[in-house]
Amino acid sequence: MKLTREGIDRVAVLARLRLTPEEQASLTEDLDHILGYMEKLNQLDTADVEPFNHAVNIENTLRDDRVTNQPNADALLANAPARDATFFKVPKIIE
Amino acid sequence: MSLAQLTLHEASDKLRKRELTSVELTEAVYQRIADTDDKVHAYLTLAREAALEQANRADEKLKQARDPAPLLGIPIALKDNFLTKGLRTTCASKILGDFIPPYDATTVDKVRSAGAVIIGKTNLDEFAMGSSVENSAFFATCNPWNLERIPGGSSGGSAAAVAADECIAALGTDTGGSIRQPAACCGIVGLKPTYGRVSRYGIIAFASSMDQVGPMTKDVRDAALLLEAIAGQDPADSTSINSSVPRYSAALNGDIKGLRLGIPKEYFVSGMQIEVGEAVRSAIRELEKHGAVIEEISLPHTEYAVAVYYIVATAEASSNLARYDGMRFGRRANGKDLIETYMISRDEGFGAEVKRRIMLGTYALSAGYYDAYYLKAQRVRTLIRKDFDAAFGRCDVIVTPTAPTTAFRLGEKTQDPLQMYLSDIYTISINLAGLPAISLPCGFDGEGMPIGLQIIGKHFDEATILRVADTYERATEWHKTKPRIQDR
Amino acid sequence: MKYEPVIGLEVHAQLLTESKIFCGCSTKFGQEPNQNTCPVCAGFPGVLPVLNRRVVEFAIKAGLATHCEIARSSILARKNYFYPDLPKGYQISQYELPVCIGGYIDVDIDGTQKRVRLTRIHMEEDAGKNIHDAHGDASLVDLNRAGVPLLEIVSEPDMRTAAEAGAYLRTLRQILQYLEVCDGNMEEGSFRCDANVSIRPAGSEILGTKIEIKNLNSFRAVERAIKFEIDRQIDTLSDGGTLIQETRLWDENREETRSMRSKESAHDYRYFPDPDLLPLIIDDTWTDEVRVTLPELPATRKQRFAAEYTLPAYDAELLTARKDVADYFEAAVKVHPNAKALSNWIVGDLFRVLKERKLDDQLYISHWPVAAAHLAQLVQMIDHGKITGKIAKTVFEAMLDSNKPPQQIVGETGLEQVSDTGSIETAIDQVLASNPKQLAQYQSGNEKVFGYFVGQVMKATQGRANPQKLNEILREKLKTSVRQ
Repeated sequence: MKLTREGIDRVAVLARLRLTPEEQASLTEDLDHILGYMEKLNQLDTADVEPFNHAVNIENTLRDDRVTNQPNADALLANAPARDATFFKVPKIIE
Repeated sequence: MSLAQLTLHEASDKLRKRELTSVELTEAVYQRIADTDDKVHAYLTLAREAALEQANRADEKLKQARDPAPLLGIPIALKDNFLTKGLRTTCASKILGDFIPPYDATTVDKVRSAGAVIIGKTNLDEFAMGSSVENSAFFATCNPWNLERIPGGSSGGSAAAVAADECIAALGTDTGGSIRQPAACCGIVGLKPTYGRVSRYGIIAFASSMDQVGPMTKDVRDAALLLEAIAGQDPADSTSINSSVPRYSAALNGDIKGLRLGIPKEYFVSGMQIEVGEAVRSAIRELEKHGAVIEEISLPHTEYAVAVYYIVATAEASSNLARYDGMRFGRRANGKDLIETYMISRDEGFGAEVKRRIMLGTYALSAGYYDAYYLKAQRVRTLIRKDFDAAFGRCDVIVTPTAPTTAFRLGEKTQDPLQMYLSDIYTISINLAGLPAISLPCGFDGEGMPIGLQIIGKHFDEATILRVADTYERATEWHKTKPRIQDR
Repeated sequence: MKYEPVIGLEVHAQLLTESKIFCGCSTKFGQEPNQNTCPVCAGFPGVLPVLNRRVVEFAIKAGLATHCEIARSSILARKNYFYPDLPKGYQISQYELPVCIGGYIDVDIDGTQKRVRLTRIHMEEDAGKNIHDAHGDASLVDLNRAGVPLLEIVSEPDMRTAAEAGAYLRTLRQILQYLEVCDGNMEEGSFRCDANVSIRPAGSEILGTKIEIKNLNSFRAVERAIKFEIDRQIDTLSDGGTLIQETRLWDENREETRSMRSKESAHDYRYFPDPDLLPLIIDDTWTDEVRVTLPELPATRKQRFAAEYTLPAYDAELLTARKDVADYFEAAVKVHPNAKALSNWIVGDLFRVLKERKLDDQLYISHWPVAAAHLAQLVQMIDHGKITGKIAKTVFEAMLDSNKPPQQIVGETGLEQVSDTGSIETAIDQVLASNPKQLAQYQSGNEKVFGYFVGQVMKATQGRANPQKLNEILREKLKTSVRQ
């Protein structure tokens, strides 16, 4: 699979990364090279192999339905780039 | 000898015997940092004031405690991807800005409760993505054995701090070798526990199915003590395991008679530095002298591990790093609208390697490619895991080099990401399979750079790999050799 | 050409847990912005999710009640997309292996039953809330709702009319309410519905272009929007136009659907199993444990009410519409087994009060204005002739909120039948004295006048005279008067 510039652009938008033309060029090359290396996995027939699930087989860990957190909005808002009262303030969302 | 050179268990003995106070020890460590860290650059953030307060409190407790915890009063360093309440945590990324965590990681909470003194936060590759710390957004860390060399990564800051005696012990994280490879590069001991042995809560996630916290120490006994303090199930981490934590330090009895050492033939092939192969073989002979039995084993899917790892790890990372969007914390750029704000914030906030991996991982999960990359990799991962299951039918531990070469020169591999990835060949399969493994010093190359020996264990059998490592360490002097930090 | 509409519904039901799906924050509605948040639901670095056991139980409950297969192993997956109300940049949901598979709901449409199949039920976390337009150049984010547990219930495209869709939705809501897993409040958004509508030539098996309709905030909106959309699609095709697969918003005021400008060319959610959560294993033991907690479901209960209490179908329907009402009825009928009279009181007077006080807006009537036992006692008093039906209405009003048994009310307010011999005698004496003509008739053997005297005494005592005593004394008095 040859990676195209358009392919890179599509992925960059999905990943929310602005790329400069230079980054776009070098990433296209790097990723193409790396993905080329990944092709070696196709040497293996894995039709009958289950995908890896978890390193160690263990039981469910579930929590009881109890409220254990005390309200502390300020602690979370302390790192916010912008806030308004106890809201996180973000760039205007246009629907 | 400077007090900062003490191992954790030596320092702990002296503190118990009141030959030393935690404040003296902490001051000695900060003095050492003042003397050497402008050359090594191991630390991103120091917490001197808080540390001395903790040391004072530890001294109070030491006066009263009958049987103090081994960590009480011990100055330790934390890789800067551990969340520390009230203490800046950067993950060596610009995107976190001056992030002050609102909570402590579970492991941080555990070492604090055990009375450890937190010296500061050590440098790493941004978001733990790298093998050299050259991907730190702030500065490179130098190898104390040779300042022109990399310290290994991503926990290179912690490794360098331990090797340079800028702390008594440190904690790191290991996703594909990030504890073991820098431990090998810096001539110290690094242990990656079984996946699920230690809580990941409060560790900035890179690849959730492989990340694991572990000790980085001056000797094997220290690693055992530190692991005891951090291991155990955490109700806040669904992937942590409910399995009793043995007293690892009690397992260090020097007895490995009849223990079967598996030597995977796929690990001793071309591409390895000759001196590395020699040192590891001679270490194996040493273990044989102590009664261990050699079994040649095969891990046939080893050659696919790098490809599998870089698909799975980047896929998980692409999702884990989506939360760094400049909305609730961290850096926000000024875009003309929401989507541009996202894109510029993340473009400016992330470094080249992180972006490369986010792109790779996003691609591997995207429509039309998921089956060919992510799903395929997870299937091959099963085969890699089965290789180990089969091998452990024939042996008790597996012995390999930690890295194919000793620490390379700063800048040597930055131009070729794939070459950099391939240097993780001996460590990443272990993360893919979730196994525990330790790296410890087993010699030096012709240029005086340390060589690491890796011992891999069965799931939850950290005790055995520690016992083997300790047996070897008792018979050798490598770990006692200290670097002489010279100006470049 | 004649077209056949094909309709499927996706419902998001907010679960009635105390805490969120992956952290210990409260799910309480109406808090100050970001009060119900913590590092986990705010997507801070380093946090990890731990699944709430009750969410799984609720999913199993819903699955069993709708005849689904409960998956022995299911997977929580990440759905990746960026939005300010989605703190982690992904939503934890289920994709390839949901917790419940298949199943169906039998829906009553004007007396005939239609089976609507379910595709799946899965668990997921809700997003937060973006508040737009509050400030000129910014939006505000409140994460109180982020991480509140939801069940997504996806139907097969088995419905053919807006009315069928409405009936399916009401039945589903009623089941979830019976299970006490969701309060079913569409206006507050705890029961949300998206509709997928397409049309195809009648008789064709091929599905047409699917249009998704969002922003349906009431049953009425669902039905109106589907109707509108069917007409729009038929008009478009009849005029030679083509339909594109898209999402449209229902505009309540203009009564039309309109196209959402798609910001991104296409969504690519990059689902993959969440490595922070293990596969969810549900063994038979757990399923069986949940199964025994299932309440009798509305359809069954309705049939049983009609049969067991010999109630008209209409009464059974009304009484079983809500689980709490049905429970109330059965509690009352245990105290006094006059089912039809109790039903009349409940669907009449009690429902009126519930409606007046808006108590039936809530999933549970937390405070019944009249206790079931008290209502039963009231009916009993009537049946035992202790009070008349007319007085009972007054007693009922007095019982509201007093939490007093009817006997007590009757006693305290003097509505009780007058039973003391003295007062009754006085009243009788007065009546006899002021009705000499009728007395004479009685004395001459016309015993029918007896009833007249009873009526007069009742009138004089405002209906409160104890009928038995009254009869007794009156008979005695008349006897004496005859002897005289």
